[in-house]
Amino acid sequence: MPTVHDWINSPLGVVEGIFAQYNSSPDWEQKVLDFFREKLKDQEAASWVPSLNDVPLHYLKTSSLVKFRCMVQDMFDPEFYVGVYETAAPPPESKVLKLGKYRDMTDCEVDLNSKHVVTMERQSFYCVPIPGESQWVKDGFARCSQARVLPSTSYMPQRHKRSHEEEDDEMESQPHKQKEQLTGNHAATDPFGHGDTKRLETGSQGANAAASGCPHSLELNFPLPGEMGPACLVKVYEEWEKFKVNDVLEVYGILSVDPLLSVIAEEREGHFVDSMDGMESLEEQRAHSPPASLVPRVHMLHAYRLQHNNPLLPPAASEVSSGFLGELASIRAELIGFLTHVLLGDGLAAEYLLLHLLSNVYARRDVLPLGKFALNLSGCPPSSSYTEQLFRVLQQLVTCSHRVGMSLGNMNGLHFTPQKDYTANRLRSGILQLSPNTLLFLDETQLQQGQLDAAGVRNITALGNLISWQKVDYDFSYHQMEFPCNINVLIASEGKSLLPSDCHMPLQPQLPPPNIEEYMGALQAALPPSLLNKFRIYLTALRHQEYSISEELTKMVEEDFVEMRKEDPQSISADDLHRTLVVARLLSLSVGQSTLSRDRWVRAKHLEARRTSRTQQRTINSNEP
Amino acid sequence: MSSPSSTPSKGKRGRRSNPQTPRSDDVRSPPSQRRRTDDTSTGDLPPMPTSPATDMRSPARHDTSLFSSPARSRRSAPPSEIDISSPLTYGTPSSRVEGTPRSGIRGTQARQRPDLGSVRKARQVDLHSDRAAGEEAPASEQSVGQKLVIWGTDVNVGTCKEKFQRFLQRFIDPTSTEDENAGLDLNEPLYMQKLEEINVVGEPVLNVNCGHLQAFDADLYRQLISYPQEVIPTFDMAVNELFFERFPDSILEHQIQVRPYSALKTRNMRNLNPEDIDQLITISGMVIRTSQLIPEMQEAFFRCQVCAFTTRVEVDRGRIAEPAVCRGCNTTHSLALIHNRSAFSDKQMIKLQESPEDMPAGQTPHTTVVYAHNDLVDKVQPGDRVNITGIYRAMPTRLNPRQSNVKSVYRTHIDAIHFRKTDEKRLHDLDEEAEEKLFTEERVRILRELAAKPDVYERLSSALAPSIYEHEDIKKGILLQLFGGTRKDFSQTGRGGFRAEINILLCGDPGTSKSQLLQYVHNLVPRGQYTSGKGSSAVGLTAYVMKDPETRQLVLQTGALVLSDNGICCIDEFDKMSDSTRSVLHEVMEQQTLSIAKAGIICQLNARTSILAAANPVESQWNPKKTTIENIQLPHTLLSRFDLIFLMLDPQDEAYDRRLAHHLVSLYYQSEEQLEEEFLDMAVLKDYIAYARTYISPRLSEEASQALIEAYVDMRKIGSGRGMVSAYPRQLESLIRLAESHAKVRFSEKVESIDVEEAKRLHREALKQSATDPRTGFVDISILTTGMSATARKRKEELAVALKKLIQSKGKTPAMKYQQLFDDIRGQSDVAITKDMFDEALRALSDEDYLTVTGKTVRLL
Repeated sequence: MPTVHDWINSPLGVVEGIFAQYNSSPDWEQKVLDFFREKLKDQEAASWVPSLNDVPLHYLKTSSLVKFRCMVQDMFDPEFYVGVYETAAPPPESKVLKLGKYRDMTDCEVDLNSKHVVTMERQSFYCVPIPGESQWVKDGFARCSQARVLPSTSYMPQRHKRSHEEEDDEMESQPHKQKEQLTGNHAATDPFGHGDTKRLETGSQGANAAASGCPHSLELNFPLPGEMGPACLVKVYEEWEKFKVNDVLEVYGILSVDPLLSVIAEEREGHFVDSMDGMESLEEQRAHSPPASLVPRVHMLHAYRLQHNNPLLPPAASEVSSGFLGELASIRAELIGFLTHVLLGDGLAAEYLLLHLLSNVYARRDVLPLGKFALNLSGCPPSSSYTEQLFRVLQQLVTCSHRVGMSLGNMNGLHFTPQKDYTANRLRSGILQLSPNTLLFLDETQLQQGQLDAAGVRNITALGNLISWQKVDYDFSYHQMEFPCNINVLIASEGKSLLPSDCHMPLQPQLPPPNIEEYMGALQAALPPSLLNKFRIYLTALRHQEYSISEELTKMVEEDFVEMRKEDPQSISADDLHRTLVVARLLSLSVGQSTLSRDRWVRAKHLEARRTSRTQQRTINSNEP
Repeated sequence: MSSPSSTPSKGKRGRRSNPQTPRSDDVRSPPSQRRRTDDTSTGDLPPMPTSPATDMRSPARHDTSLFSSPARSRRSAPPSEIDISSPLTYGTPSSRVEGTPRSGIRGTQARQRPDLGSVRKARQVDLHSDRAAGEEAPASEQSVGQKLVIWGTDVNVGTCKEKFQRFLQRFIDPTSTEDENAGLDLNEPLYMQKLEEINVVGEPVLNVNCGHLQAFDADLYRQLISYPQEVIPTFDMAVNELFFERFPDSILEHQIQVRPYSALKTRNMRNLNPEDIDQLITISGMVIRTSQLIPEMQEAFFRCQVCAFTTRVEVDRGRIAEPAVCRGCNTTHSLALIHNRSAFSDKQMIKLQESPEDMPAGQTPHTTVVYAHNDLVDKVQPGDRVNITGIYRAMPTRLNPRQSNVKSVYRTHIDAIHFRKTDEKRLHDLDEEAEEKLFTEERVRILRELAAKPDVYERLSSALAPSIYEHEDIKKGILLQLFGGTRKDFSQTGRGGFRAEINILLCGDPGTSKSQLLQYVHNLVPRGQYTSGKGSSAVGLTAYVMKDPETRQLVLQTGALVLSDNGICCIDEFDKMSDSTRSVLHEVMEQQTLSIAKAGIICQLNARTSILAAANPVESQWNPKKTTIENIQLPHTLLSRFDLIFLMLDPQDEAYDRRLAHHLVSLYYQSEEQLEEEFLDMAVLKDYIAYARTYISPRLSEEASQALIEAYVDMRKIGSGRGMVSAYPRQLESLIRLAESHAKVRFSEKVESIDVEEAKRLHREALKQSATDPRTGFVDISILTTGMSATARKRKEELAVALKKLIQSKGKTPAMKYQQLFDDIRGQSDVAITKDMFDEALRALSDEDYLTVTGKTVRLL
């Protein structure tokens, strides 16, 4: 085995080496961090590290280096642990200083009375895979990975468990890898992955069953129902203050799946009653120290916040290649064309949908979030499965998305806002605990007449708050706590939605196709995968571009507003100016311009005028109040 | 010296074992650590009383080493084992002599303090001996001398005791404002008065403010913080000596216990770190869960079934080592546990969560486990906000006794010594934020500087919700609302308290950023609540009774209004609120209380909240031809309780549009730094308001009172000329509140005429907007107070008169058709008469007993 990989296979050895080297000085902690940071700087090297996202847990060796792409779901209390300790050996043997950092257990008797013992503090985060992550993102990351363990078995149903000999065998794993590449490519040629759900199922069941065969009584607390993948307890050693709940992180750390951790949990559940343990409820035990086979521990060595989770782009989205910028115009045109077809030939709606997909809360002015652009697509055909198909298509374009059918059952029954569970002492997740820039697709066509109960009203209020203020009030039972969020809300409805929205866009289908499923299927099949990938890059990259308005344009906008007010003071309000400014911003971004130009402003006004004329026309037609 | 307590495993911890906690290190502790039983005060007691409550003093004092055989730890340990040198035993050995009346230090039983870790014995080492050697050689223990310090610390018992006694005898705090000290003479030694109180009341607990101690003797304070486990028993001893010297005949339940509080060391749970282990800390937080009372066996009592020989065995790590052989008769397995003669102590686990104010944004709150012992059990309830002073502990977790591996994580908890509820003082009328919000001198200086500026009022009002454009007067009104008036309490003279809170109603066209303003205020004030009229019910606003699923106990859950006591309750869509919900507000807005009578709970809760409400006009757009009442359709009884009612209308004016556009556009392109600056502004504003609310309570000056009187008389005069009432005492009260609040903005203790001027101006502005009679153009207060403008009332009267005339002109017809009469009067009148107006007039006449209306006929009487 090449020595290069030592730091991947036995990072603890490296840590201990550094510790021994800097024995007397406290510098060793920093040195360890520097070492790994240095190693991981190289994209290539980072890709050798196996990822918990796509490698089933049982393929990974305990105390090897792993990475995990995740969202911080909850933060547990800080822990004090034995950072450095001395072995308790019988007198003739010399006592040895050992390291307790980056581990869950000490591996020998500890002399806790020794003066060399150092107590340290660490924080644990409960991390879940990014909620609503699209399958193409998962596959994309899996393909990028060059980990020496068999990459991404998630779409190969379990055949056999590999023994240790096999794992060490280069010859054996090489063909596997190639085969994997093949299947990977095959997956790529089927970009719309109709088998998505099926594949997910086999993958997850395999992983879960293999993980422990544990009963499902232990809830993993994912924000969205039906989510798969490992949850992880990440132990953070440095600067935990800089992480926040709902942050999307890429964590590099040492995996710990010590079976002892699970043994303990079982014993506690049994009759072994410790006078201290009696105080902690069973639920709390379960939530805070679940079996390691189900919720592995990762001791963080290095982590950074992900700006986006698009595997087709480098981590910093702002570095878009100049070649790509040249293509922008054509990609935009293609995308508009594609969306127009998806929206049954409505070009104006396609423009607005594109703007919506690019929107992003880029700043907050006291309570007012700037840049949000919640879109209400009304006039969706109610009977057919159109909304579902529409969502499928959008899922292929964006990295994270979730669809909520706003049926009465869902509104009354689902948990939207996260809630603190004091018995288990953890934050019980809800649908609205989503990572930034997730597309939340609210399907109002499913809403029927009926009674909303108290929970339903709370859920509707939560959705309203989310759309208006981009914040979710987490329920801490004695008080509410406000968490700012950045979620793109798209509401598909028949009439105007009952929820507020920034922009109401009545859909005017030009060519109602006889069979929507077939139509959409054909549409997707006709789209070449390379172009699809360009769409994906386009949407992610442009969202985070810088943007400004020049002094001169400011003047012009002001003039314009005054003019418009003069002409029609009744219908133009401050809200309209707000909206037009957002539209102009998104429009400029969509063509890759970082400042507002006169043309864009005029075009934005034009778009708005077309849209409002359509909404007014509708109002007259349908005699809505 | 470097604090040995920074590592929980160093000697001190290894030696002082805690019977109720599993300790893994005892087994491996050096054999040279000689363990002795120590019990001095209760050595040869007569049989134990059966009530465990009075007999909780001794068990924990026994050592709990694994090595000590049951025989050695028995109560009947030979006297030679008594550690006479230990200063930490309560009383002297001779106090064991019973039979004297239970008074004086010797007679009064000491009470075990599990909160300190129950082993009170501490070893002393010679200060001059090598500290390192001390760890291995406990020989110095035997010697007694003044140079001795308690092992592992720099505490000398003698000096420590002396210092503390001196503190008690001499400490005077003339500036004390704590409510505990109410009724005490501030110029006499504070704690001596408290001791007297103990003598009278008989509650043997002395609460000591650590701040006082620090001011008096910083070194002693440091020792207390660093070595609470050793120092507090020393304090106890000192206090008891002093007390029984003074009051030798006093009879107490047990000896006095010292409970320090408000240690300045830590205030926030998030700042706890390994350095704090075994130190005295004070943290604030909210109780989220309390466990049932746990009777923890401290000592098991066994009796031989054969020979009735009795023995006591201490509980070690939750286990009882049952003696296999009776030492009396050598029978094996003949000993049976006698429950009601075993000793128990009360214990309760409390989960404490960070208070929301302490939390950085975007993180979830931390929790800590707190153990309350003995009389502190059940002192707090879930939901209480408390300051807890206690000792921070960390215990290694032993996963499995059969395995050598140790989980490398410590379990941490706090042994509570003192609870202090932060919201307790709601009962009294003191401003509580004084304690919650401490301002540094630097901050106060900045705030004072700001206050000294002549344009502070304008500055602050423009800092308020900068993203909302213009509406200067509304912002000013809200600013005054944030500061509030001065609270006056005349309840002693029977006049009751006067409301100090200012209520504001915003009404206006939809989309004029009313909600945004509300959101802003809600975010600005620490105790702001935001509800929407559409989504809230009466119970959501007030309080409701709910059955706790765990305890099956009825619990009163408080709603938004109670939660925003001393804060601002923002109610959006006020007009959409159901009538029953709104009716709740009547009491809150004037009396500032909430009465609840349901499910057997009858109570009155404080709800001293300002209300900031926003209402939309009934016909989506404001109709300038109608009065405020007609536009928003709210009962006038409620409207008259608002001090200020503002209209937020679209002015439809070009210059305004231009400024608005500029404002909005700049909102979108301002850079990060500018945002940062603004954020600072908000923090300053917050502090400024908190400071003013806490420390400034302006009183009316003579000049200001005159100005107010004049203003009121003027207001009355305006109307009297036209035969209507244009001001009511409520308006005068509003003016006073506004003037006081404006004085607060200036940090002035006196309300002066400029304050009155501004109050008048603002009040007039608000009235001009909301109480202008659209028919006449005059400001008419009766629109708000009676729901009808004076002109409208006059017209109503005129119509009634006209109708009466019409009927009289028809001669003596006893009955008329309703419809016909209506048509007649319409034909006769030159103004349009609606059906409503006609009905009104008929009702007025029937009230005069002139006619009655039955169905479609009108009969004369």
